[in-house]
Amino acid sequence: MQFDLTEEERMIQKTARDFARKELAPVAKENNEKGIFPAEIYAKLAGLGFLGMTMPEKYGGVDLGTFSLVLVLEEISRVCASTSVVLSVQNSLINWAILKYGSEELRDAYLPRLASGEILGAYALTEPAAGSDVAALQLSAVRTGDEYILNGTKIFISTGDKAGVVIVFGRTDPHERTHGISAFVVEPDFPGFSVGKVEDKMGLKASTTVELVFEDCRVPASHLLGTEGDGMRIALAGLDGGRIGIAAQSVGIAQAALDEAVLFARERQQFGKRIVDFQATRWKIADMATQIEAARLLMYRAAKLRDAGRPCTKEAAMAKLFASIASNRVAYDALQIHGGVGYTKEFTIERLFRDARVTEIYEGTSEIQRLVISRQVLEEYDSLFPS
Amino acid sequence: MTVRSTACMDGRTALQRTSHGGYRKEEPLKIVTLLKRVPDTEARILINQEGTGIREEDIKFVINPYDEYAVEEGLQIKERTGGDSTVTVVCLGPKEATEMIRTALAMGADDAVHICDPALVNSEPFTAAAVLARAIRETGFDIIFCGKQAIDDDMAQIHSILAEMLDIPQVSVAISFELSEDRRSAVVSRRIEGGDEKIETQLPAIISCEKGLNEPRYASLPGIMKAKRKEIRTKTLADLGFDAAPGGGRSRILRWLPLPKGGACRMVEAEETGDAVKEIVRLLREEAKVI
Repeated sequence: MQFDLTEEERMIQKTARDFARKELAPVAKENNEKGIFPAEIYAKLAGLGFLGMTMPEKYGGVDLGTFSLVLVLEEISRVCASTSVVLSVQNSLINWAILKYGSEELRDAYLPRLASGEILGAYALTEPAAGSDVAALQLSAVRTGDEYILNGTKIFISTGDKAGVVIVFGRTDPHERTHGISAFVVEPDFPGFSVGKVEDKMGLKASTTVELVFEDCRVPASHLLGTEGDGMRIALAGLDGGRIGIAAQSVGIAQAALDEAVLFARERQQFGKRIVDFQATRWKIADMATQIEAARLLMYRAAKLRDAGRPCTKEAAMAKLFASIASNRVAYDALQIHGGVGYTKEFTIERLFRDARVTEIYEGTSEIQRLVISRQVLEEYDSLFPS
Repeated sequence: MTVRSTACMDGRTALQRTSHGGYRKEEPLKIVTLLKRVPDTEARILINQEGTGIREEDIKFVINPYDEYAVEEGLQIKERTGGDSTVTVVCLGPKEATEMIRTALAMGADDAVHICDPALVNSEPFTAAAVLARAIRETGFDIIFCGKQAIDDDMAQIHSILAEMLDIPQVSVAISFELSEDRRSAVVSRRIEGGDEKIETQLPAIISCEKGLNEPRYASLPGIMKAKRKEIRTKTLADLGFDAAPGGGRSRILRWLPLPKGGACRMVEAEETGDAVKEIVRLLREEAKVI
């Protein structure tokens, strides 16, 4: 068991940290208050290799693994969680799915443009009637000659209005539940594609979340990922990586909340002394730091398993579940330490508190994570102690 | 700081340059940048028990921030001159300094010399400069960039001693650097009280870099991956032909001492400002005894 980062990993972490401090920190507050999606930040991130981190060099990527990605996501989230949403979706879901399930033509057509930042990606899975129950999705995809015709609506799609490529999950077989789903690579200028409602979210305000509407949207048959019916398998496999990404985002938000709380508590005086010298504050700090450390180690472990090509569904779900809950608890306590001013937009903790909330909801709710974890734990017991 | 007019070919990389009496435009430049591993500016510095240095455990180390300007300037000159110009990082430091060297390579430097020898721990400026001078001579150089000072001991001596040892001009605290068309000289600006001073210097020269000279780039992710394959030549004192750490310095560190504890802040309160001022003057005279 090795807990130290390698020299290379420390360098990657440092570049992400320096970038977050120098480029993101000066604009994060305003971008989140005004709901500005900072295109120039993504151009810079792409220039440093962050948008193609985990894809091979031949497509313009850097050929790094999930572990390096989580180091980066944590550092970026510490300063602006909205930015990490885009980074996480792009690396963990879009680039990964096209690389793993796309034809050589699809890879050549999209991966270099994704890595260079020419286009961003969006991942369209959720529907009004298919949230946690992914397999209930209804968007229809009917094969007609060399094309699929897509009809339906996707909601809560991160970056959906800014993306140059969208991976869309649709139903190719109405009679099959899980095996009737397929995944497609769709461009926004395909006929019949449009952006619907733009959500006004509680947090992550510098990232966009939109509805996508498909009305007789024509997609070339060659834009199918894998084969017909592979959709659910792709979605589930992608979620392992996506969940590790959200764990990293949660750890970053939590770390930022602790940073803010400690800096505040060292300055703030009440009853003639700094509030950091009260036991009530110190116990909170101890609990916050411990939860963050535990969350980080779960996330590291899940990322290492994924990089080793080993099954990590349970570990990814555990990391996501624990880290997202920790993130909310830490943000709660950090706000409590701030007192009244923490409830105002003057202080960063207010944003962190709002940003943390969604980590328990998206990429699978905490309830779904528990379903995934318990199912696997019980299966392990069944194989060890058959009833 | 004056500019010396004597140009010296010592250390020039391409001997044929002298044979045809000058540089051709396409001739590559050999740029050397010096780099030191120092404690992070935000690190809390504690003196070790023996008083022989600082406690290094649990401290984060970084590239000396002024050396980052030096590396960046080297890279920019290389990019502007194109062709086969190279940037070589020369670093004297413990084996842990590899990480800082690797970061400079990830920024884009071509290769590095790492002088690493237990006998050189906490070496004083003269010793360090003597060792660096030999390594730099071995490497060859047309321009040497370094930080205006290292933020650990803030001695700011290395570049001056090196200039003497290598017998080349030095310009310190540079905020801009313009290479001449024929690459034989440069115009360097340095900030002085009330304005900027422009100095023309022949090359080779050593330039110490100040904040504002440029904006150091990040080590990009592809850069970090490429850096793994770049060469770091590790040299001991013996490799550089020294039997022992070269002495001859005029200074010696006797002991490291912690900063004296600052006294508690005292608030003077009074109804009238004038009374408060009188009280402060009294305290300064009678208690602090500074006026």
